[in-house]
Amino acid sequence: MTITAQSLWLIPALPLLAAGIGALTPRNGRGLASGAAIGAMILSFIVSCLALSTALADPAAHLAYNFSWFDLGTSTLRLGFLLDPLTAFMCVMVTFVGTLIFVFSLGYMKEDANFKQFFCFLSLFAAAMLGLLVANSLLLLFICWELVGLASYLLIGFWFHKPSAAAAAKKAFITTRIGDLGLLLGLLWLYHSTGSSLFFDGGNGCLESGMISSLVGQSVCGGLALSTAIGLLIFCGAVGKSGQFPLHVWLPDAMEGPTPVSALIHAATMVAAGVFLVARVYPLMEADKVLAAVPVHALTVVAFIGAITALMGALIACAQNDIKRVLAFSTVSQLGYMMLALGVGSWTAAIFHLLTHAFFKALLFLGAGSVIHAAHHEQDIRSLGGLSRKMKVTFITFSIGTMALVGVPFLFSGGWSKEAILHAAHGWPTSPIPFFAALAGVVLTAFYNTRLVSETFFGKPRSHASEHAHENPAVMTVPLVILAACAMLLSLLAWPTPWLQHQLEPTALLEEEGGATLLLISVLLIAIGAGVSWFFYGRKLRLTAEAADPLQSAAPGVFAALANRLGFDELYAATVGQLNTAVAIVADVFDRYILDGAIRLLAGLGEMTGMVNRSVDEDGLNGGFDTVSESLRGTGFRYSHAQTGRPQGYLRTIAVAFTVLVLLFLLGGSR
Amino acid sequence: MNHLPILSLLVFTPWIGALVLGTLRKLSPGTARWLGLLFSLSTLALGFVALSSFSAANPGMQLVEDLPWITALNVHYRLGLDGLSLVLVLLTGLIAPMALLASWRVERSPRQFNALFLVLQGAALGVFLALNFVHWFVFWELSLIPAFFLLKIWGGPGAARAAYQFVIYTIGGSAFMLLGFAALYAATGSFDFQVLATMAADGSLTTKLAGLGHFWPQAIFLGVLLGLAVKVPLYPFHTWLPPAYAEAPTGLSMFLTGVMSKMGVHGFLRILWPIFPAQLHAAATPLLWLALGGVVLGAFAALRQTDMKRMVAYSSINHLSYCLLALFALAAGSTSPTAGIEAVSAFNGIALQMFNHGLSAAALFFCVGVLEDRSGGKRSLADFGGVRTAMPVFAGLCGIALFSSLGLPGLNGFVGEFLLFRGIFGLTPWAAAIATLGLLATALFLLTFWQRVFHGPQGSGVAKFRDLSGWEIVTLVPAIALMFVLGVYPQLLVQLFNPLFTAWSAHLP
Repeated sequence: MTITAQSLWLIPALPLLAAGIGALTPRNGRGLASGAAIGAMILSFIVSCLALSTALADPAAHLAYNFSWFDLGTSTLRLGFLLDPLTAFMCVMVTFVGTLIFVFSLGYMKEDANFKQFFCFLSLFAAAMLGLLVANSLLLLFICWELVGLASYLLIGFWFHKPSAAAAAKKAFITTRIGDLGLLLGLLWLYHSTGSSLFFDGGNGCLESGMISSLVGQSVCGGLALSTAIGLLIFCGAVGKSGQFPLHVWLPDAMEGPTPVSALIHAATMVAAGVFLVARVYPLMEADKVLAAVPVHALTVVAFIGAITALMGALIACAQNDIKRVLAFSTVSQLGYMMLALGVGSWTAAIFHLLTHAFFKALLFLGAGSVIHAAHHEQDIRSLGGLSRKMKVTFITFSIGTMALVGVPFLFSGGWSKEAILHAAHGWPTSPIPFFAALAGVVLTAFYNTRLVSETFFGKPRSHASEHAHENPAVMTVPLVILAACAMLLSLLAWPTPWLQHQLEPTALLEEEGGATLLLISVLLIAIGAGVSWFFYGRKLRLTAEAADPLQSAAPGVFAALANRLGFDELYAATVGQLNTAVAIVADVFDRYILDGAIRLLAGLGEMTGMVNRSVDEDGLNGGFDTVSESLRGTGFRYSHAQTGRPQGYLRTIAVAFTVLVLLFLLGGSR
Repeated sequence: MNHLPILSLLVFTPWIGALVLGTLRKLSPGTARWLGLLFSLSTLALGFVALSSFSAANPGMQLVEDLPWITALNVHYRLGLDGLSLVLVLLTGLIAPMALLASWRVERSPRQFNALFLVLQGAALGVFLALNFVHWFVFWELSLIPAFFLLKIWGGPGAARAAYQFVIYTIGGSAFMLLGFAALYAATGSFDFQVLATMAADGSLTTKLAGLGHFWPQAIFLGVLLGLAVKVPLYPFHTWLPPAYAEAPTGLSMFLTGVMSKMGVHGFLRILWPIFPAQLHAAATPLLWLALGGVVLGAFAALRQTDMKRMVAYSSINHLSYCLLALFALAAGSTSPTAGIEAVSAFNGIALQMFNHGLSAAALFFCVGVLEDRSGGKRSLADFGGVRTAMPVFAGLCGIALFSSLGLPGLNGFVGEFLLFRGIFGLTPWAAAIATLGLLATALFLLTFWQRVFHGPQGSGVAKFRDLSGWEIVTLVPAIALMFVLGVYPQLLVQLFNPLFTAWSAHLP
C-alpha cells in the first residue's frame, strides 16, 4: 500500500488531535488522555511505515505536495509536505521510539498529579516534531521547530514548582532561541533571494539545482557565497537545537524534566532536529564546494563545530556524577559526531548515526529512568551501586545501550554508525583535526561509560534508596527490552551489506577501502578507554557515597574543571548575562530619568507660561471645563488650580494659534 | 447617499449610548453595565454589516458618506472604509466589549464609567473612518477627554500625574500636527486626505508647498510626524505611556493598548505615507533608528520592570515599533527594484501586527488585572509565585496570550511578525538583523514574568487565589480562540486587506 505526500499531514495531525483531547479532558481523565496519546502514536507509526515503503520504492524521488496558506500580493504564500527516504526514516524512528517512551511513561508518571497534562504535552511535542519532519518548506519547518521548542519548554518545566526546573526551562528556550534568530534570518534571506520557502517545487524550490546555482553565483560581504552565508545562518538554528558548542549549555540543565522527556526530546528526537535540518538543506550547505576561492565553506564550519562538540561533550561527561547529566553530555558529544559527519561530507553516516543513536540513547535514558524510579529519585551515581543483581533487566539492557554508545562493533548498531563517521572523517581532505578529535572521543566515550556502569550497577548499595531498589513492572521493562533489541538488530541494516546506505543515498556507496584497519584501531581505542576506566573505577569499587572520585584524586584540577562543565555557564553569566542586564538598566534609566526629565523640564517651562497667562484664562474657557469637573468632584477628587490650568491652557493656545494661522494663510493666499 | 449610513452609525451608536447613560441618572449599576455592553457591542455587529457589503477586491474607499460641512473652508464630512480601516473597526468591536466585561466589577459609578468609555470608543472609530482632516482631528482630540477622566478617576494611586502627562504630551504633539495641517490647507485649499494624497502622487503638492517657502515642506512634515509619533508612540516620545497604561483601570489599559495605540499607526499609513512620501523617504534612516530604539530598548526596558503593567506597556512599545520599522523600511527602500513583494509583505505585516497586538496585549492586561484582583491590588513580579498550581485554567489561558505576544508560530503573533520581518529584511536587511535583538529580549522578559508569577514556590496568599470565574473566562476566551484561528488560518484577515496593499505596493512613491 502506498501513500501520497498529500496524506502525510496525518502523521503530525494524529498526535495533535491527541494533544487536543488531552487538553480538554478533565484532570482525572488519565486513561483517556494517555490512551489517546498512545493510540495516536501507534497510528502515526503505521502511516509512517506506509510512507517509508512508498519512499523506498523510488529513493531518489522527492514527492512534494504544496498548498497555499494565505494571499500575499498577487500570489500566495505556500507551504508543503515532502516525502523522501529521509523524512520517512525519521518519521518511523520518532513514532516507534515515541510509542515506547509513551508506554514507559505510563509507569514512570503513574503517581504524578498532572499525569494527563504530561501526555497532552508529549502529544503536542510529537505533533510538532513530526510536522518538522514532513515539512517541504523552510517556513513550515521553522514553525514546527519553534513549537517543538515550546513543547520542550513545557516539559522541562513540568515540575514547575521546583525553581531549578522553571529556570532550566527558561534557559533552554532562550538559548535555543538565540540560535533560532540565526535560522530566522537565514530563512528570510533564502526567501528573499529565491522567492520561495519551498524545498521542492517542480524546479522552483530553493533546494533544487536552479536556485542553488543562482545562490552560489552571488557573493556577499567578505567574499562569501550567498549560499554559504544563508547556510551558516541556518546552521545557527541547528547549533542551538542540537546542543552544539557554543550553545550547548541548555541541554544538561534540561535534565530537570521527567526522565521520559529526557529520553524522547533531549536524546532521541528533538535534539537531533538540528542534524536533520542540516541534512535537509544539504544541497544548500554543500553548494559552495564548487568554489575554490572562498574564505570558508559552510560544511567546514559544520565539521569543526561538530568535532569540538564531540570532544568537549565526552570530556565533560567523564566528571559528572548525576546519571542523567553523564548521558546528557554524551548526547552533546554524539550530536557532535553527527554534525562532524555532515561536515566532512558523509550525509549517510550522519543520518545512520542519528537513527541508531535515537534507539540506544532512548534506551539509556529509559534505563536511567528505571534506576531513578526504583531508587526513589536518587540520581547521583555515587549514592547508587549494587543494582546489577536487584534490577537484572535494567542492568542488561542498560549495558547493551552503553556498548552501542561506546561503539562496540559487530553486534551493536552504534558501532557501525560510528565506524562510518570515523571513516568519513579520515577521508576528509581539508583537515585531519576532526578525525583525531573523533578518535579521542572514542577513548573518552569508553572511559565514561565504563565509569557510569561500574558506579551505578556494581559494588555495594551506597544509600538507603539503592539498598531497597527493585525491578520495575513490565510496563517499564518491556520498552527497555524492545529498545535493546533494536539497538542490536539495527546493526543488521549496516552489516553485512550497507543496506541503509543504498536506501538513503542510492548514488553514494560506502567506501570500503581501509575500513578494516580503522575498525581495528577503534576497537583498540575502546579497549584503552575502558581499561583505564576499569583501572580507576572497576578495580577497587567505591565503598561509600562520600569517598573521593579516583580521577579526582589523580588529577584534581582537571576533574574540577570538567565537573564544572569547563565554566561555560559562568563565562556566559559574566559576559552575555551581564551585558544583557546592563543594556536593560541603561534602557530603563534613560527612560525614567533622562527622557522623562527632559519632558518635565518642558512641562515646567509650559507651567511658567501658564502662570503668567492664568489670570487671563480664569474667566474664559475654564468655566465650561470646570462644570464638567464639578460633576466629578463629588467622587472625592480635588484638583489644584494650577493643574486644571494646564490642559485647558493648551487647548486654548492651540485653538487661538490655529485660528490665527488659518486667517494668516487665507489672507496670504488671497493676495 | 442611497444606502444606510453604516459608517456614521458605527461611529455614533456608541455616542448615543453615552448620551443615554449620561442623561439617565437613575439607572441601576447593573442596567448601566448591560446597556454599556450592548452599545459597545454595536460596533462588532455593525462591523459585520459593513463587512457583508465590503468588497475586498476593490482597493478604493467603500461605503463612502460625503456631506458638505463647513463650506467656507471647503470641509466635507467624509467617512470611508477600506481593508485597513475595516480591520481596525473589527478590532475595536472586539476589544471594547472585552474591556467593558473586564470592567464589570468597577464599583465607582459604572454609569459614568461606561458613558465615558463609549465616548472613547466612538472617537476611536471616528479616527479610523474619517477621510477629512478636520473631523479626523476632532475625533483624535476628543478621544483624549474621556481617556483622561477614566484614567484619573478610576485609575491607581499615581493616576493623576499619569493622566496629566498623557493628555498634555499628546495634545502637545497634536498641536504641531494641527499647525502642519493649517499650513497644508493654506497651500492647497483642502483638508481631504485623498485629495492631498492625489496631489502628492502627481507632484502638485510639492510645487504648492514650495510656494510657501523652503522651510515649510519639512516643517509641516515634522509637525504631522510629531503628532502621530507621540500617539503610537515612536521612541523617544513614549515616556507618557508606561505610567498611563500602568495606572489606568484594567479595562482602559486594554482599550488604550488594544485600540488607541493603533490610531497612531493608522495615522502613519493614512496620512504620512500617502501625503508626505518624499519627506518620509528623506528622513527614513533616522526614523529607522528611532523605530529600532523602540524595538530593542523598549524590550530591554521591559526586562527591568517589576510592575507587571509597566512591563506589558513596554512590550506594547516594542510591538508597535515593528510596525513603524516596517513603514520606515518601506520609505527607505521603496526605490529598490524588487520592492513590490517586500512592500506587500511589510504592509500586510503591519496590518496583521496591529490586530494581533490588540488581541494579545489586551489579553495580557486583562490577565494582570486578574492577578491584581486576586491579590488585592498587587502587581509586582515579586508578589507572586506558583500561581499555576492555584489557578491552572488561568495559567493556561494567560500562557497562550503570552506566547501569542512572544510570536510563537501556530498563534496569531507569528504570522504578522514574520511578514514584517520578511518585508524589513528585503528592504533594509541591517535593520531586520538588529531588530531580532528585540525578539530575543521579548522572549526573555515574557518568560521571566511567567517564571516568577506562575512557577516556583507559592507566594504568600497565592494558595487561596480562586481560579477564573465563568465571567472572566467569557471575557478572555474569544480573544484566545482568535489567537489560534488567526495563527493557523491568517487568510481570514489577510484577504480583507491584501488587495488594498497590493494596489499600494504597485504604486510605491
